[in-house]
Amino acid sequence: MEGSQIMFAIFGIAIIFFSIVTVTSRKILRAAVSLFFVLLSTAGIYFMLNFQFLAAVQLTLYAGGIVVLIIFSILLTSQISHKFEVVELKKKIFSAIASIAGAMLVITTILSFTFKADTAVATEVDMKVIGRTLLNTGENGFILPFEVISVLLVAAMIAAIVVARKSHDEINDINKQ
Amino acid sequence: MISGVPLEYLLILATIMFFTGIYGFLTRRNLITILMSLELILNSVNINFVAFNRYLFPGQLEGHFFSLFVIAVAASEAAVAIAIIINIYRRFSTINVEDVSEMKY
Repeated sequence: MEGSQIMFAIFGIAIIFFSIVTVTSRKILRAAVSLFFVLLSTAGIYFMLNFQFLAAVQLTLYAGGIVVLIIFSILLTSQISHKFEVVELKKKIFSAIASIAGAMLVITTILSFTFKADTAVATEVDMKVIGRTLLNTGENGFILPFEVISVLLVAAMIAAIVVARKSHDEINDINKQ
Repeated sequence: MISGVPLEYLLILATIMFFTGIYGFLTRRNLITILMSLELILNSVNINFVAFNRYLFPGQLEGHFFSLFVIAVAASEAAVAIAIIINIYRRFSTINVEDVSEMKY
């Protein structure tokens, strides 16, 4: 076995194991920490595919930002020592059947199709190429989705603040006390 | 591409991750854990985009940029979702989906 195969096996097993822990663990903080490990292993796979910038974004935004946000909201809304009640057996069995059947369907479809891997030399993805492509208005440029995404991010930030802040009545109540 | 690892392995890995997320989405009853299952689903789709880009079209970068945009959308989605969850918690003192059935303001 080559080194890259061993690395891929490690990342793959980590992803499968920790994603199962994420959806089955009865302690919410444990689920969040295993989600963190899933995202880390995904960043490892991006590194192996030579997408260094994407892997760095995955590490900072997903593993750094979203997981911290989720852990914060867990601390705000749940008791850490609290354990979820066991899922009903019936619901468990039917969900497992649905997801395993779906996975089998997709996997058989994938295996019945032969992908011809292109052996052409891969383009280097350095920062210069990324910057030029993102802000290019011509062919192969991504200026429109880039701008749309930036507007979306601003809208999401404002929406998050507006939704999460206290209403006027609550603020008035606090001021009266 | 990763030497010695065919494209199918990556696709199967992403499939397993996706359907684990579906399983969590169906069985979980806490809003934050549902959000975590959603992150799993989005992440598995990203792996697919990147793998197709690297294996089938190594001369182009469409998959790479598409997953960048997916990550940005996922980040804003998580921010809004968590704001809503905190607001629900303030109003109902619980984030269990079965106890939050009232939508009246």
